[in-house]
Formats: sequence, C-alpha cells, structure tokens
Amino acid sequence: MRIALFATCIVDAMYPRTAQATVSILERLGHEVVFPSGQACCGQMHVNSGYLKEAVPVVANHVHAFDTKDYDVAVAPSGSCVASVKHQHPMVARSCGDTALEARAAAVGARTYELSELLVDVLGVTDAGAQLGSYFPHRVTYHPSCHGMRLLRLGDRQARLLRSVHGIELAELPEADQCCGFGGTFSMKNADVSSAMLEDKTANIRSTGAALCTGGDASCLMHIGGGLSRQGSDVTTLHLAEILASTAEAPASVTGEIRVATGKATR
Amino acid sequence: MSTFLGMPSLPVFGTGNLHAAESFPTAAHRELGNAQLRANLGHATHTIRDKRLQVVSELPDWEQLRDAGSAIKESVMARLPELLEQFEQNFTARGGVIHWARDAGEANDIVAGLIRDTGETEVVKVKSMATQEIGLNEYLEEQGITAFETDLAELIVQLDHDKPSHILVPAIHKNRTEIRDIFLREMPGADPALTDNPAVLAMAARAHLRRKFLTAKVAVSGANFALADSGTLAVVESEGNGRMCLTLPETLITVMGVEKLLPTWQDLEVFMQLLPRSSTGERMNPYTSLWTGVTDGDGPRNVHLVLLDNGRSAALADEMGRSALHCIRCSACMNVCPVYERTGGHAYGSTYPGPIGAILSPLLTGIESEENSSLPYASSLCGACYDACPVKINIPDILVHLRSVDVDSKRGKKKLPSQMDVGMKAASWALSSGKRLGLVEKGLPLGRLAAGPDHKITKLPGIAAGWTQSRDIPAPPQKSFRDWWAKEHHGPETGGTNAPARGTARADAHLNAQDKEDGA
Repeated sequence: MRIALFATCIVDAMYPRTAQATVSILERLGHEVVFPSGQACCGQMHVNSGYLKEAVPVVANHVHAFDTKDYDVAVAPSGSCVASVKHQHPMVARSCGDTALEARAAAVGARTYELSELLVDVLGVTDAGAQLGSYFPHRVTYHPSCHGMRLLRLGDRQARLLRSVHGIELAELPEADQCCGFGGTFSMKNADVSSAMLEDKTANIRSTGAALCTGGDASCLMHIGGGLSRQGSDVTTLHLAEILASTAEAPASVTGEIRVATGKATR
Repeated sequence: MSTFLGMPSLPVFGTGNLHAAESFPTAAHRELGNAQLRANLGHATHTIRDKRLQVVSELPDWEQLRDAGSAIKESVMARLPELLEQFEQNFTARGGVIHWARDAGEANDIVAGLIRDTGETEVVKVKSMATQEIGLNEYLEEQGITAFETDLAELIVQLDHDKPSHILVPAIHKNRTEIRDIFLREMPGADPALTDNPAVLAMAARAHLRRKFLTAKVAVSGANFALADSGTLAVVESEGNGRMCLTLPETLITVMGVEKLLPTWQDLEVFMQLLPRSSTGERMNPYTSLWTGVTDGDGPRNVHLVLLDNGRSAALADEMGRSALHCIRCSACMNVCPVYERTGGHAYGSTYPGPIGAILSPLLTGIESEENSSLPYASSLCGACYDACPVKINIPDILVHLRSVDVDSKRGKKKLPSQMDVGMKAASWALSSGKRLGLVEKGLPLGRLAAGPDHKITKLPGIAAGWTQSRDIPAPPQKSFRDWWAKEHHGPETGGTNAPARGTARADAHLNAQDKEDGA
C-alpha cells in the first residue's frame, strides 16, 4: 500500500522522531511511505480559537497537498489533527462558501487515518510484538487523548497495540479519560484552569509508578511532559509510535532515570 | 449565522442574571484559589457522574432515546410559533391565563403585578431556572414582596444571600458544616443545638418550610415541560416541596422559557426517561406534577403562565447555535466538565454555568458584551459534555462557532490588533504552505539556543507566558522531520519510490543517529 504521511506541524517541527517512527513502522510492514511536501498544518489551532478566516488558507493548503491520486490512504500520528481533517475541514470550506473545496476536503478526510486506526483496521496489526518486533522493556502508563477518544472513537485500539509490545508493563492510569487541560490556546487564555487540570493529570500519572506516559497525540504529551518537567519529575512522555517502532536491536531512547519493567509483560 | 441581528422589529437580547460581572479567566482565577470549593465540587461531581453512568448503562436503547429527544426538540424549534399558539389556545380554554414577556423586566413586572392583585406580600417558590434568570426574587424584594425558596438547596443559598452555582444542586459548593452554620445564623427559630447530620439538617428545613406551605396563598414556579396538544404544564422534582406549592395555594404563577414546549403528551415519555437519569442519576424522580388549567375543588383557583423570550428568539435565529435551546437543564454537562469541576458555577457569572452556560449565556445576551464573550473560551473542547448530553447538543461545535462570532465581531473595531490577532495571522501565513513552514523550521536551532544547556524553555513572553506558568517546553530538535526526510530519507520532493526493505533499515538507523544528535 502507498501511504501518505501527514506529519502534522507540531511533530514536524518539535518531535521529528515521532514521524520517523511512524515511517519505520509502516515500512517494516512492507508499505511504501510518501511525504507530500506541500503539507503544513491541519489548521485546528485557528478553527478552535475562532479565527475561521485565517484557517481557510491553512485548510486549503492541506486539501491541496493531499488531494492527489498518488497514494491509497493518509495517516497522521495525532488523533486531534485527524479529527480536524475529518470534521473541521469541510466546515471551514463551507464557511467561506467554497463548495468545491468542501467536497475535496471531505474526500481527503475520508481516507485519512489516525495511526492506531490505520494499523488495526486497515493493516491488520493485532500483535505489535510479533508483527513489528516491538520491544520496550519499561513500565508505561497511557493517556487516551480526548479527540481520539471522543471524536474518532478510537476505543481501545491504542491500548491494545501497546499491550502487545514485548517487555512492556502497562500501568493503568487513574481517571484516564479526563482531559489533560491542553486545549490549544485554552492553555494560554485560561492558563489557571488548564494548570489545575494538568496538576491532577500529572498527579495521576505519578501515582502509577510508571517511567513514562505515552499517548497518540504529541500536543497532549508536550503539555503533560512540560508539566512533569516543571515539577522536577523523572517521568517523561513518549509518543506511542516511538514505542511501537522500538525494537531490541534499535531501542527507542528515553531520557531521564528510567524505571525498567519489573514484572512480566502484560500480554 | 444569524441574519436577523440588528433588525429592529425582532426581539431584543436577554437581560437579567445572564451577564458576568467579570471575564471568565479573572473569575476562575479567584474561584481556583478556594481549596474547600474545589474539594466539595470534585467530590459531588464525581459521585453524581458515576451514578449517572450506572443508570444510563441499564438502558439498552439509551442512544436511541437521545436521538429521539434531539429530534423532538429540533422539530419544536422548527415550528415554535405554531406550537406556542396551539398551547396558548388549549391552556386558555382550560381556564389558565397566558402572559407574554419579551425580556426579564417585562416578566418581573407581570409577576409582581399578579401577586399585588392578590393582596399578598409573601409567596412560596418551586425551584426555577427561569425565575433565577430574570432575577425575580430580588425584584420582588424591591416591590415589598418576600419570596421563599422551598427547594432545600435553593433555601440554603437564599438564606446565605448567595447565588446558586449549579443548575440541579444550587448549593453544591457548600458542605454540611457550612450549611449548619447558615441555618443557625439565618433560619428563624433554628435549634441552637443543631448538628451537621444531613437528616437533622433536613428536618430543620422541613419544619421551617411546612409553616410556609400551609400559610401561603400564592406560589411561583417554573416548568420543565409544556404540552401543546393539551395545554398541560409539568414540574419534575425530588423533594415534594414542588407538589406542595403547586397544589396548596390559591394562585399559581409559572414562568417558563418558550423553548420548553413539547408537541404532544406522548413526547413526554422520552424526556421522562432522559431527564432523571441525566440529572440526579435516578431511574425516576420522586415527584412529577402535571396540571392542566383550573379544576373545581382541586388545586389553585387562578393559574397563570408567563411565557418568556428573553433572548430565545435571538438564539433561535442563530442557525449554528439554536440547538442550545434543546437543553432540558439536566446538568449532566457540568457534572462531567473538567473546567466546571475546578472553577464551580460562579466563575461563569450567569444563571447558567458549565458547558451549556458557556454557549447559552452568550447566545441569549449576544456576544458583544466584553465579559460574556470570554465564556465560549472557557473549555478545552474535550467533548465530555457532548457525550453526556441527553439531547445531543453539540456543545464543542457551538463553542467554536461562538468563538468565531466573537473574533469576527471585533475585526476592524480595535485600534490595535491583539497579540492573538497578530499571532494567528502570522501562523496562518506560515502554516498555509509547506515551503513557508520549512523556512520557519530553519529557525529551530534558535529555540535550542533559548533552551540552554538543560534543554528546557522555562519562560516565554506575551500571551505565551500562560504556558510557561506551569509547564516547560522541550528544546526543539536540531532539524525538522521535513528536513530529515528531504536530505536523508527519500530525496527532496513529494516522497520517494524506495523499496520498503531499504527504507526500513534507513529509518531505523536514522532514528538512532537522531538520538545521538539530540543528546538524548
């Protein structure tokens, strides 16, 4: 299969290793990855902040970059960006009265997948350890991001993939379905409330005794990781793509003092 | 988008207790400092949240019920004038009197006039959001009329000269010790030996209220539903205080928002399943009172209904926002909202707090008011409210819509664009082309420089300072993914045609190389 990678702006600029891991996983499964170079951002920040007019060129650019027959499906290592592409892009196009763009946006959205969705539903990955050679001998806890959980209805796809990684010890996160408090510009406009939400999320993460917290959205992980770092915690964050890409021969590197998994894998 | 705004012949925006006195972030900052409030709220919302989930999971057709509720409400909004006329005809034919009020001021005048006509100066009240919205109690007080709240939580709030902070549990922000202190201080004849045992507190309130029920000649209520096909009103409650008020006095005055109509009796079946489960987490509420006009020898002799617009027509005119009027005031959205859980209801300023308040208040009042325009931003858009709403109001989408109405309403009106305006414009330029984003990413090493040796950025200027208040930003990488892809993976332009096997080895090797480069 020819798969177009939508790296998303935050991964492209801040977490290139997450995108590289995504490429590695897909190629390991024997698929060809292409990177439409015109891509930039889904425009979610503009839409969610009310700057619809400013979102139009961003959305148009994405549709233009991905509106090609050159690939079979598109994938992004981010639930919220995929949700934006699927749910917000047609609305933004409609808001400026561009029905042609709306139709093209809907078509792009229809073949765009979040990473775990693509792996489980399209590529048939049910056992990452066996099919990808995933190996990650650490105690990990998992935060399911709101948009993946509620807009994309990813269910337990991400957790199932993580559980099948060799060597991993998955610690259940208390109140996992609670928002981390990022919310894009919400974290700046309502910094106090956002900080209070983050405080509870990081306290729950620390209570698990995990070495790191993983998830499917780089932005939530940046928020959670930023809070843990400020609190002087050893716990770090790592995108699930990097855990899935990690093998015994080429282990994902993690920073800080890492607590290695103690018991047997939770498979 | 509303096409009616600014046309003089249309109803005005709502007035009354719908406006915040300060912006949400300012109020939230203050409320967040109240540790007791946060503990009370956290406990209460979690308890009721779990109860709701449990009783909802008992119904195999919950999703279909939500769909039905949503569809009925949508049909009501589509033919509201026609249904109101039908209701008025049936209500009047059965001996009731209808009064129409455009805004809070008109509604208050009508109610005060009706009470004055009875010669009474005291009224008992059934808990009602509509009368909270118009500030009826305060207005009556100015007119020399005392209104006694009979719902236990409303009574607590009233005795404390406070404002409700939750639609269903108005005193959710108070614990039992605080309540005992309020009773001792404010309740006439309260036993000085009163303990904070809930049963003891309830008995004290019961003795206090019984005196009022048995002497009151006039009652004021709200209504949960109005049935157009029979002219019937309905009140759903838990304590029985409502039943007392609705049956004992001679005169009953009900204030109800025009959106509360249902077409038929049959439609009530859907909502009697949706409402108790969503609000109190009960399969059925203890008391449901329905009354149709006046009946000889039974119940009030004079039955009045004030039909309240107060901005509802304006909300109805907003195509994207109108479904906020589907709200049945169950409070499920605020019980699951992480923002409400931490700030409480008072931060929202309006009678309607939480996610529904963040959309309903600005829809009713218009978004031009500086304080209410901050309400649509009081959400991280996590979507928990939409999942919990029994009538499927897409609150996150309406929040986003109202943010865009707010941004658009300010375009060209400011002397200087805000930092957010400038930032969004610049980001729009940078993020609407791969080439431009690539260009911006060339500046990543500057970020590394700013981060310093510990690879953390701990202080940012301007609006971004909110982020670094409690969070670090990691140092950006040496180079972007885009750069890596172009130079080291598949060659420059739109991806490559490498054989998968070759790509695998290369991607893995580069992951490792990148680790070393980043000093990870």
